[in-house]
Amino acid sequence: MTPVAVLLWAIAALLGTAVMAVALSRAAVATQLVYSACAVICGVALLFLLVHLVGQPGSTTSLSLPLGLPWLGAHFRLDPLATFFLIVVDLGGAAASVYGLGYGRHETAPHRVLPFFAAFLAGMNLVVLADDAFTFLLCWEFMSLTSWALVMTHHQDKENTRAGYIYLVMASFGTLALLLAFGLLAGPDGHYGFAAIRATEHTPAVAGLVLALALLGAGSKAGLVPLHVWLPLAHPAAPSHVSALMSGVMTKVAIYGFVRIVFDLLGQPAWWWSLVVLFLGGISTVLGVIYALMQHDLKRLLAYHTVENIGIIYIGLGLALAFQTNAMNGAAALALAAALFHVLNHSIFKSLLFFGAGAVLTATHERDMEHLGGLIHRMPYTSFAFLVGCVAISALPPLNGFVSEWLTFQAILQSTNLPQWSLKIMVPAVGGLLALSAALAAACFVKAFGVTFLGRPRTPAAAQAQEVDRFSLGAMFICAALCLLAGILPGLVIDGLAPVTLSLIGDRMPVQTSIPWLSIVPITAGRSSYNGLLVFAFIAFSASLAAYVIHRFASRALRRAPAWDCGYPDLSPVTQYTASSFAQPIRRVFGDLAFRVREKLDMPPPGDIRPARFIATLRDRIWDTLYMPVVRAVNFGADHLNRLQFLTIRRYLNLVFLTLITLLLVLAIWR
Amino acid sequence: MAVILDLLVQGAQMALVLLLAPLLTGLVRKTKARLLRRQGAPIVQPYRDLLRLLRKEVVLAENASWLFRVAPYLIFASTWVAAALVPTFATGLMFNWTADLIAIIALLGSARFFLALSGMDIGTSFGGIGSSREVMIASLAEPAMLLIVFTVALIAGSTQLSTVSAFMASPSVGLRMSLALALVALIMVALAENARIPVDNPSSHLEVTMVHEAMVLEYSGRHLAMIEFGGFLKLLLYVSLIASVFMPWGIADHAAGPVEYAFGAIAYLIKLALVGVLLAVFETAIAKMRVFRVSEFLGAALMLGLLGTLLLFVSRSL
Repeated sequence: MTPVAVLLWAIAALLGTAVMAVALSRAAVATQLVYSACAVICGVALLFLLVHLVGQPGSTTSLSLPLGLPWLGAHFRLDPLATFFLIVVDLGGAAASVYGLGYGRHETAPHRVLPFFAAFLAGMNLVVLADDAFTFLLCWEFMSLTSWALVMTHHQDKENTRAGYIYLVMASFGTLALLLAFGLLAGPDGHYGFAAIRATEHTPAVAGLVLALALLGAGSKAGLVPLHVWLPLAHPAAPSHVSALMSGVMTKVAIYGFVRIVFDLLGQPAWWWSLVVLFLGGISTVLGVIYALMQHDLKRLLAYHTVENIGIIYIGLGLALAFQTNAMNGAAALALAAALFHVLNHSIFKSLLFFGAGAVLTATHERDMEHLGGLIHRMPYTSFAFLVGCVAISALPPLNGFVSEWLTFQAILQSTNLPQWSLKIMVPAVGGLLALSAALAAACFVKAFGVTFLGRPRTPAAAQAQEVDRFSLGAMFICAALCLLAGILPGLVIDGLAPVTLSLIGDRMPVQTSIPWLSIVPITAGRSSYNGLLVFAFIAFSASLAAYVIHRFASRALRRAPAWDCGYPDLSPVTQYTASSFAQPIRRVFGDLAFRVREKLDMPPPGDIRPARFIATLRDRIWDTLYMPVVRAVNFGADHLNRLQFLTIRRYLNLVFLTLITLLLVLAIWR
Repeated sequence: MAVILDLLVQGAQMALVLLLAPLLTGLVRKTKARLLRRQGAPIVQPYRDLLRLLRKEVVLAENASWLFRVAPYLIFASTWVAAALVPTFATGLMFNWTADLIAIIALLGSARFFLALSGMDIGTSFGGIGSSREVMIASLAEPAMLLIVFTVALIAGSTQLSTVSAFMASPSVGLRMSLALALVALIMVALAENARIPVDNPSSHLEVTMVHEAMVLEYSGRHLAMIEFGGFLKLLLYVSLIASVFMPWGIADHAAGPVEYAFGAIAYLIKLALVGVLLAVFETAIAKMRVFRVSEFLGAALMLGLLGTLLLFVSRSL
């Protein structure tokens, strides 16, 4: 059996699980059964893919089934790019399923989650395997709709319905853009197979248009600014393990779509493409993290932060395009490897963080950080895993987030030889934006962890939280361990990415695993090198050495006493810094970039005993300037067209007749 | 044999930064006191402070978590590792390739991350205010620092500090506009990162103005000693960084003999003393600025860094 067939069987098994979930939906065992089945299927697929990656790197197999369009059939293909992204999908899927085994027990409406969960996993796998435009779009839409159903799980909540509506509109818009892109790619004769598209030469105008449509279609799914508006609403609305899948994995499938179209199907890129991609990536990173910093809903903060990471990935892709057009294939391979490494990293730590947020939600029934605090005492394991995720996503050594950002920086430093002037200006500016976003991300996660887990509990719910079950913890610790492993052994991942860069760009980074001490060296040892393993070992060694020496030779005495707080300790936990107050200095410095901030201070005059109030309102500039006009125009049109509903039959007949005449006229003139 | 020698030199560097860090702070404090016509504490006072703190018992707030107790060691360790990776008296040490300049900056970022978290652990308003301001300052200082790194790396063709230092010592550098911009920006960032005047006042205990001190308000005993030591090391790190990139004279290169090493060590001591005195003079001559003016100060550093990088993208010879 070819590898594609094995994976298709796995997908069939997932679909079968979905059907079984419908049948069993109200039975008590359904939750355990469905999640175990999904975990096993994804786990087996993941193992198979890893073996395939190690055993036959760079091999391509395909298969076509007699489904779909009669003259086309459904084509599936497993090449290095698809292998890598399937690993990301199935890793996230397996982790989310294990987490679901514990988390799903608290679900009030399991029959609304289970069938769609399995189907959603199948859909994401199918998109990556698809090898013709029709199958791709069909699976893409299937993935969108199943995830939409999951967003609408708790549809009684008004906010969730709104999130679901906006998601549906944006998803349809994205699919429309991709549909048009594939229409252009297929040409007037309708060659929808990817092999045929790849073989065709595209004129620069068509290729440019396809790039724009791919940016709109895949970018809206991935959450690229300014198409990100649905993401922070929809991702948190779903149950937490689904949020993890949507934020950690589905956005990666969108990236896959972009890479497939731009790097594989479109042929040789034009230089200005990279300019557009870099620009969008740069603003996404900075705006994403600034949005995230202003949130006090934990899951929404994480969802906004996805926008930042998508920006980082797009910066890597943009750099790869820039190098590729200028025939600097080595640097292009480095940039692409950095982007793909970040794809893997983000899928791991974003899943971990959403699992942690889900654990907090289970334990306290709260998502609002202003009502949490002090959870590190009540939930020690969850808080440790969440802390690992925070360090990883803040791009701090020795964990994995740092490695991919470091590689991106190395790629930026390669770009002084680019001949185009606009790129010469754009690349360092984007480098500055990336550096800014890295620092702001650390601020964001100091806030997320500090307000949620540290300090004193702000509500009784937080004070009485209980540690979550062992399946949830297991899933979190698997992700945390992977964050550490990918951070200290990055050479393995980079070598695993080599077949992908070879197939898309025709070059690869130097072999890393043969370098002594397991360092990574992107270009040559004299230019730059990094060794996560040694950094980790050095920190661990010197910290333990310091602790040992001090406890052995100086003092180990310890006394518990009330907090000092400059001599004026306040017993009320409301005097702690809150999420909003923590972000206030950053809001004053950077807030204007993303928000229209209005601060109102209501200070009662002397003698008045009413409390003073401070109200800060933040309005999203992008929503106000880009989306509200569209909403208003649609509403205006709908209001005015409404009159057409109440005409007499005579008028309707007239309208039909007029339409017919007009169309015939158009046809006559056109010919 | 060569490996053992290399290890010894590397070990000597790790020990050297550890031994010299309090001395540098002591020198700065003493010079400042003398400039203000005060007698001042002896130069070795920081060592005495550290020893005293180490011997005292820890008074821990009742709701302190494990993170609060682990963080000082992590902060100390990551700052120490970072400081030991910056060339002091010799380049091309055994583990220099472990982390390049970007990674060193990120290691300091890790230390700050845990420091800011420990400020929030007890749940007092002072800790929160300190952490919140610290991350605001860092959110501007870190990108500025990375842009300076870009500038230096583009000139030297490497982010490896040993290579950079060796290149800067060679005659092929010449006078460059971008390096001047980077130097000014680096000094500004170093002032902010080390909580020096005009960004923060290291000797302030006035609640409204403090940033760094507010975060560590709840620490005592050996924990406080570790954090203070981390602070000393960080100051030494930035001085070594400025010295190795902008004053690379006298640094021994790889596989040098004992004479060169000794010469390098003496040169390093002179550079430390020089920068330390200059820092004290600067701090005495200038006033601290308001917290929200810091963003303008560091924004200027950021722009200088960006300008330096841009110049190099325009022409490699600028």
